[in-house]
Amino acid sequence: MTALESANQIKVQFGDIISEPAEFRGEISLKLADADKLVEVCNFAKKTLGFDFLVDITSVDNYGEDPRWTVVYHLRSLVHNVELRLKTDVSEEKSALPSVLSVWRTANWHEREIYDMMGIRCVGHPDLRRILMWEGYPYHPLRKDFPLAGKPTDLPGVAFTRVTPMEGGPFVTLPTKEDSIAREPRVRVPEDAEPGVSDKRLVKK
Amino acid sequence: MQSEYAYDSKIEGDVIVTRVDAALNWFRANSVWPMPMGLACCAIELMAVGASRFDISRFGSEVMRFSPRQSDCMIVAGTVTYKMAACVKRIYDQMSEPKWVIAMGACASTGGMYRSYATLQGVDNIIPVDVYVSGCPPRPEAVLDALMKLQGKIKKEPVLQDLVALKPLLGQNQ
Repeated sequence: MTALESANQIKVQFGDIISEPAEFRGEISLKLADADKLVEVCNFAKKTLGFDFLVDITSVDNYGEDPRWTVVYHLRSLVHNVELRLKTDVSEEKSALPSVLSVWRTANWHEREIYDMMGIRCVGHPDLRRILMWEGYPYHPLRKDFPLAGKPTDLPGVAFTRVTPMEGGPFVTLPTKEDSIAREPRVRVPEDAEPGVSDKRLVKK
Repeated sequence: MQSEYAYDSKIEGDVIVTRVDAALNWFRANSVWPMPMGLACCAIELMAVGASRFDISRFGSEVMRFSPRQSDCMIVAGTVTYKMAACVKRIYDQMSEPKWVIAMGACASTGGMYRSYATLQGVDNIIPVDVYVSGCPPRPEAVLDALMKLQGKIKKEPVLQDLVALKPLLGQNQ
């Protein structure tokens, strides 16, 4: 069974809440309109379609848009050797969606990471603590409105943070076939940072 | 006839006369037991320093102690995150005097390439550093060079003066 066939079966089973399968570079993505049905869809994908392995859960901050969050589930079937991506939107006011821990136990730490870094809570998670930052850290650092340099905090006896001096940074590297001088991380203005364009200061005339 | 209790120069070599300061510093400098604070990839290079090719035991520092109570020099090898900073400070505080610190590599010295919300910008923000080693990670030779620099520093320390200054703090019986 291919990924597209699996996606179509999910579409047949759940109807309107599932988008048409989108293909990009041979990979299939589905969008789930109703996040509350997430566990049912995931259960169907695992039990009926054989997606026995949850590779990863990631989250996207569409800052300035509504809904703000997109949570992405990367499913893999070790039986059929196919991958499928399942996306669902979460609004900023809600900032919560059901935990898929009852489907794949490996979701435990992924969901803790999403809670820690992005501040999206997974309802039904038995142990929703921070996983990278410490308990009591007041921010969610991967949000787009959180500065890369960080914000000052102090939790006596646990940890403190300070604002990092950026010195004109962030220092960005670019994928290029040129030498290591062109690849070197440096301060780049946005027009330099277009994909595929190397550092304009180094382009040979 | 020579008494068996007398000094036998044939067996025990020549007498060396020195200052107590110099002797104490000589002991200290040639048995600096490191506390390997391995936090990232620098720790791998630190292992190479301890292994046969580079062989830190040539400098009397092969005794890597994983207890701060038994070690003299903390080698901070790697990225110090804010989450780890409190632990590094605590382990440093648990080390007994005299103690020294080598900041190994760009991350431990300045935060290195990690200019972000999560990384302490140099371990000298929380503990005093004696020697900074550049590199990402540094070559093992650079760590040995840092150790030799530290030995040079130890040999110049006014040990007796420090001990006399400490005496009031140590109580009457010391």
